[in-house]
Amino acid sequence: MSFVENFPCFSIVLCMAAGILSTPMKAKQAKCMTMGLVVLVTCLSFGTLLHVLSTGSSFVYTMGRFPAPWGNEIRAGVLEALMATIFSLVMLCSLAGGMDHVFRDIAETRINLYFILVDLLLSSLLAIIYTNDLFTAYVFVEINTIAACGMIMIRRSGRSLIAATRYMVMSLIGSGLFLIGLAMLYDITGHLLMENAHEAMIRLVQAGQYHMPLLVIISFITVGLAIKSGLYPFHSWMPDAYGYSTMSSSSILSSLVSKSYIILLIKIFYRVIGFDNMISSKIVDVLFVFGLVGMVMGSVSAIMAKDIYRMIAYSSIAQIGYVYMGIGLGTEAGMVAAVFHILTHAITKSLLFLSAKGLNDVSGRKKNFRALQGAAFRNPLSGAAFLVGSLSMVGIPMLAGFISKFLFATAAMGANPGKVLITLIVLAVSTILNAIYFLHTVIRIYTPLEESAGTEGSRGRMSVGAAAALFCLIFLNFALGLTSQPVTDLLQTGIEMFG
Amino acid sequence: MSKIRDDYESSLWNRLTRWVDGETDPYQGKMEMQPLREADVTGDSVYNPDRLDRRKVDRYLENTEKNKEIKAFRILYSLGSVALCLLLIAVLLLAVSWLPVLGDPNGPNNNEVSARYVEKGMEESGAVNMVTNMILSYRGFDTFGETCVLFIAATCVIILLRKNEEELENAKETDWKYEPKPDAILQKMTLVLVPIIFLYGFYIILNGHLSPGGGFSGGATIGAGLILYVTTFGFHKTQRFFDEKTYEIVKVGALSLYSVTMIYYFYTGANLIESRIPLGTPGNILSSGMILPINIFVGLEVACTMYAFFALFRRGGM
Repeated sequence: MSFVENFPCFSIVLCMAAGILSTPMKAKQAKCMTMGLVVLVTCLSFGTLLHVLSTGSSFVYTMGRFPAPWGNEIRAGVLEALMATIFSLVMLCSLAGGMDHVFRDIAETRINLYFILVDLLLSSLLAIIYTNDLFTAYVFVEINTIAACGMIMIRRSGRSLIAATRYMVMSLIGSGLFLIGLAMLYDITGHLLMENAHEAMIRLVQAGQYHMPLLVIISFITVGLAIKSGLYPFHSWMPDAYGYSTMSSSSILSSLVSKSYIILLIKIFYRVIGFDNMISSKIVDVLFVFGLVGMVMGSVSAIMAKDIYRMIAYSSIAQIGYVYMGIGLGTEAGMVAAVFHILTHAITKSLLFLSAKGLNDVSGRKKNFRALQGAAFRNPLSGAAFLVGSLSMVGIPMLAGFISKFLFATAAMGANPGKVLITLIVLAVSTILNAIYFLHTVIRIYTPLEESAGTEGSRGRMSVGAAAALFCLIFLNFALGLTSQPVTDLLQTGIEMFG
Repeated sequence: MSKIRDDYESSLWNRLTRWVDGETDPYQGKMEMQPLREADVTGDSVYNPDRLDRRKVDRYLENTEKNKEIKAFRILYSLGSVALCLLLIAVLLLAVSWLPVLGDPNGPNNNEVSARYVEKGMEESGAVNMVTNMILSYRGFDTFGETCVLFIAATCVIILLRKNEEELENAKETDWKYEPKPDAILQKMTLVLVPIIFLYGFYIILNGHLSPGGGFSGGATIGAGLILYVTTFGFHKTQRFFDEKTYEIVKVGALSLYSVTMIYYFYTGANLIESRIPLGTPGNILSSGMILPINIFVGLEVACTMYAFFALFRRGGM
């Protein structure tokens, strides 16, 4: 076994150890350690990706001395390694971009606790991506939930506490449903490792046994994870949670945490329940319908939002709707489009949150649109970044968002005939709605202030880290938009490796 | 040149440009307005003067006497939620009735997995207690994750409830609220009981690989002993042997040693390197390889977490 295959395990356990070691540290030390750790994890994940690409097959790593049906395992294929790389990169950018706010929003004595949460959140994201074991997935979903909740409430202002409570309640309902589903799944298959559970599942379906519990299991797991990722009717916690927490938290929560549950869901679809069983259970149609409704309703709420953070938060609801719509198409092309959109949205949403933060800083820290007028001239880099992010979300060619919309439309053409027309129509409507609220904001920030209005908030000075983060995310956006073919091929191979 | 329309003001294009420019106010002329008072603090601070008016509005809206719609909505909402819960219960009961019978020897979960745990567990992991073998050795990664759940939960409680030093100083004047009244019977009983509880807790932890018990249950016992002590004698006396510094040292020490053990275990296990931790003879107190030290680490962490929860909720500090 080559040494590289240790990397996924190392990155998970190192994150946990770093979280533990942050407890007695001072704020600055904890910050340095966390940033170093995230850089290290990015490198390790990238190394894993290269290794998987060069060998052309996925590998399984036993966590301990006991192989598959007895001990824990993690598994790394192309999709897992790619996701881990991009996720840790986005994490790095979100932290670097929002660092000044972390030190401003959070009391000095609690900053090291913030980094504990960040470290453990990263470990849980990686573990959810890499896991090959259903119960490990659940344990790390738990860590993920608590860490995310802590990251919302650490500001300790009134609104963020309410937001954290809401998030907690919704998220725990989701965890509960997921756990019930897993328990019943174990009861009828007798396995927790994904491959063995899948084999048992195939036997059960062929024998026609346990049809009804299987249906309940599929719906509980799907609904539980959909609630946790904020699919449309369960989205009520999102605007508050993203709008009132410190900017790094909003960025990490919207671009990574909700996505990790979707990745877990896709993994369970393919590797445990089986794609054909999923289609025949009709649950994908349910996801499809709610995805479509979310695409429109999220955008409509975003148009009505009164401040820029809430607008971006509502836009996330629409984007989650896109992803579920792609899954709901029930074809492999739809799945590739959905996974590509996960990447697009992770990169673009963090870019939007960080640039909105930059614009907000030079506008007297008021969040309403009127105060933001002309902000792009006071802070040119943030303005440009917001422009790129908006155009990408609307779907302008050369940017990542265009490719995902294109992939969705192509996937829709190959889907079940009943779904083609409605998908295309809703896609078009949603694009126009996206354009309305994003371009409205872009025009607003590029409208100069009148002379008489006074200089509200002088020219902003961005820290080097924040500027570098914005540059990096803009670059990633263009990179994903211009080199979409190789990335789509990667995703295709990754999803095939799942089977 | 196109004709200038008289009703230019109300044309669609003009309204659109005005909306894009942000000059229109959708509520203008449609409702009674008061100029906003300037907020004291910027941002989304807790206090905001125009929230007082909003509170008035809220109070009016939530007044069910005057607002019939909200009353109807609330009734519908509670009926709906009860119906949803009943539906969920019905679905779950129905699904459970279809599941395999519990304890059926031919059931799907009596397979090769549990067979190996039962038959080979002692030989492969070295502990007599099968459950300990399973959670700390076969599925050690899950348990490490589970310990981190406890750790992060304690961190979140600290974020919410820990007071800073100034607040604790001020709290000293009102500390009598938190310090118990001296009670001779309680104190004598506690002096007798606490050592026994501690001893029993340590016994459960150290014997975790031989008999039922282990880090989680033993740690909870020790934590309960600490809580009993602090409720009887107060924080001042407890701080003589267990204050925040001790808590941090014990917790960080235990957890970091735990993670080092786990990294070693995963690395040697996956790379098929012979583990240098001897398994010993099953049944001896010093046996079962890494299970005994892990039980100790988990026990310390759980005891600290239990006590920390109590102290933070009671007083906001240790």
